[in-house]
Amino acid sequence: MSNGRHEIDDSIDLAPGDEHVEGGIGERILGYLTGLGLAILLTATSFFVAGTNLVWEPSIPVALVVLAIAQMGVHLVFFLHITTGPDNTNNVLALAFGVLIVFLVIGGSLWIMANLNHNMMPMDQFMQMQR
Amino acid sequence: MTDTAMAYSHGDPRLRSMAGAVAHSGPAPKRIVTGYGFWIFILSDMVMFSAFFAAYAVLLGQTAGGPSGRELFDLHNVAIETGFLLASSFACGLATIAADTRNANWFQLAMAVTCVLGLGFLAIEGNEFASLVMRGAGPTRSAFLSAFFTLVGCHGLHVSAGILWLLTMMAQVAAKGFRADIRRRILCFALFWHALDIIWIAVFTVVYLLGSAV
Repeated sequence: MSNGRHEIDDSIDLAPGDEHVEGGIGERILGYLTGLGLAILLTATSFFVAGTNLVWEPSIPVALVVLAIAQMGVHLVFFLHITTGPDNTNNVLALAFGVLIVFLVIGGSLWIMANLNHNMMPMDQFMQMQR
Repeated sequence: MTDTAMAYSHGDPRLRSMAGAVAHSGPAPKRIVTGYGFWIFILSDMVMFSAFFAAYAVLLGQTAGGPSGRELFDLHNVAIETGFLLASSFACGLATIAADTRNANWFQLAMAVTCVLGLGFLAIEGNEFASLVMRGAGPTRSAFLSAFFTLVGCHGLHVSAGILWLLTMMAQVAAKGFRADIRRRILCFALFWHALDIIWIAVFTVVYLLGSAV
């Protein structure tokens, strides 16, 4: 029976959210607890960094974004069970495409709007031209 | 064979028969097709949210002389909201394990905890929205506040829909037990609920922490 089980794991994909575990319930709960612990740690760090003046100020936004992306990774691995294993290839590829679009939309919007703001005539000059 | 192993092979005869068959023969089991389809929906939902995030980031400074994020946001409340949503995500994970092991009592208990924590989150958020509107900082005040209410409100609507779905799943498990189709719905619900928590990470970082720095 265990041999057959092994073959299932190797030959068939896993649904997103399904977990590939050898251990029992205790091990699975431990997985969720690990995720919860890491998430709490990263969240607490985010709130601390945002409210402190111990950190060099211009670095704060970068630190917050990095912490957020790290926490998203923790959630994906420990709660959604997205892994790099061969049974997860389809899920990872779909995720990669989603991430690409998300970065294009957000990065592109910020880039274009910053460029427009930079090149726009100051409002008082514009008002004078209207007269 | 563990309980979890049973969870995957039980109820789906095709999966069991495939154990002995050659790899990649025939269509994938329904659990994988359904889960994958819902995964695509979640990713498209995240793409939709990314548009709202882009709008918020672009309009962050456009306060039209009105209050800015620094004056409006109460980070203490946001931290509590984050804790509620994180704990409910954890409880939802426990409900998934309970469903895989066919333990109806633990499933109902974990789902009830998930529901209560989700409702707590919504209560704090509703309170925040009401107090903002009362202070004259409603969505019509400035482009910044329009973007804020759209983004955070959209996430709140998703959580509300998730709670309705959660209650439906509790009722369906009570009425029909852990049938294969019910367990596929539980899988999709868990994906949805965890994905909402991921979006909330972006919300509290971009909207509240970065938004109150400006």
